[in-house]
Amino acid sequence: MRLPRCLAAILALRAGRPPATSKRMIRELANPTRFMGLSGRLLPWLAAASALLLAFGLYLVWFVSPADYQQGDTVRIMYIHVPAAWLGLFFYVIMVASALGTLVWRHPLADVSQKAAAPIGAAFTLICLVTGSLWGKPMWGTYWQWDARLTSMLVMLLIYGGILALWRAVEEPNRAARAVSILTLVGAVNVPIVKFSVDWWNTLHQPASVFRLGGPTIHASMLIPLLVMALAFTLLGLALHLSGIRTEILRRRVRTLTILEAERLDAQAA
Amino acid sequence: MGSFRALLVRDLKLAARVGGSGTMSLVFFLAIVTLIPFALGPDLNLLSRIGPAILWIAALLSTLIGLDRLFQADEEDGSLALLRLSPVPLEIVVLAKVLAHWLVTGLPLALAVPLFGLLVALSPEGMLATAATLLVGTPALTFLGAVGAALTASLRRGGLILSIIVLPFMIPTLIFGVAAANAALGGTVPFATPFLILCALTLIAAVVGTFGAAAALRSDV
Repeated sequence: MRLPRCLAAILALRAGRPPATSKRMIRELANPTRFMGLSGRLLPWLAAASALLLAFGLYLVWFVSPADYQQGDTVRIMYIHVPAAWLGLFFYVIMVASALGTLVWRHPLADVSQKAAAPIGAAFTLICLVTGSLWGKPMWGTYWQWDARLTSMLVMLLIYGGILALWRAVEEPNRAARAVSILTLVGAVNVPIVKFSVDWWNTLHQPASVFRLGGPTIHASMLIPLLVMALAFTLLGLALHLSGIRTEILRRRVRTLTILEAERLDAQAA
Repeated sequence: MGSFRALLVRDLKLAARVGGSGTMSLVFFLAIVTLIPFALGPDLNLLSRIGPAILWIAALLSTLIGLDRLFQADEEDGSLALLRLSPVPLEIVVLAKVLAHWLVTGLPLALAVPLFGLLVALSPEGMLATAATLLVGTPALTFLGAVGAALTASLRRGGLILSIIVLPFMIPTLIFGVAAANAALGGTVPFATPFLILCALTLIAAVVGTFGAAAALRSDV
């Protein structure tokens, strides 16, 4: 099944037929050297944009958005908590896409992107849990409740922990990438459970109020700061992801150079 | 089919003649069930209330301890390489090995529940329900564990990593296993509701576990 398709691709290349444009773009980006050049130019802009937007968002959160009539100023925790939760899930989706890229297309950048995404996603998930817990103490009267969404988010953090542990356990990067890809795909079952837990089980955590059928139920004076913060967090996450990918590529180059140098010295000694 | 049976018989023979992982996990099961009343105090009312949970935790942990050898032993002596080269699909190999492993570790645990239930003062209905949930639920634990075992087959210290990877995925099975056993002891939910979900979880785990573990073994060349 796989072999004939490979053969067809090779034959098409040898016949000099140009591949489709989108495919060509992906192929050019797949070249790590070209990727390093492009991402090196892009990264400062992305970082600056996320810093500016984060500053603007925090200004909105602290000075412009109103205090809630029931929750008071505690509601401002929500502007950190909700974007962190979104991004905790978003980075898992990035890892799933990269895992498919690793297993199906053997894309050289996919496993690097997968590795760089794991600690960022885990950090956002942890931020979500910690801020939620700080909000829960004054509002629900407890730091922790075994509620469906809290529990599924905690399981998410445990899965991130397992993925990070497996990355560290396997030394050879390509083998580690394939092993982690399988684990990531198996763990993807949890993503819809987290997303819909508040709709399926009617427990303490409030149901979705932004992305729902029939439009958001939260007032514009709070929705706009929330969306600005969400955009700022997304840019921040992407900037961190991009710089993580760059670091990992450089680390692999150093690793390869070290191995080559060791082999050279070995050959010299022999 | 012939190779499936041959693999099954081979693994059962290995389990019976070498090391005896089956009796070991049974002894471990007993040790945990004995340990918990020492920690909680010998309050029989409390113990009978949380008895199904104790038995389930014990079963989960004793399933975990044998799992790291599931593929590692074959990886070490080279038989896994032969199995990879053979024309038999790796899914069949995984299925045979998981079934053999469950027959040796999971099944004895479920059958031993009437005996160990006495230690935590379970009522006869409670014992029966816990035995039934373990009988249906432990295959799910073994199948999910097989993915972790296949991923860590060639690692030197695979056991700890295996537990960290696999435990989050075992949580739903644990929730519905204990929920079904508790439902049988009385409660608002009928026994069948969580029990059927537990059956469904086992079937899902059988599919995910078989294909996941086979993919992991295949990629680990």
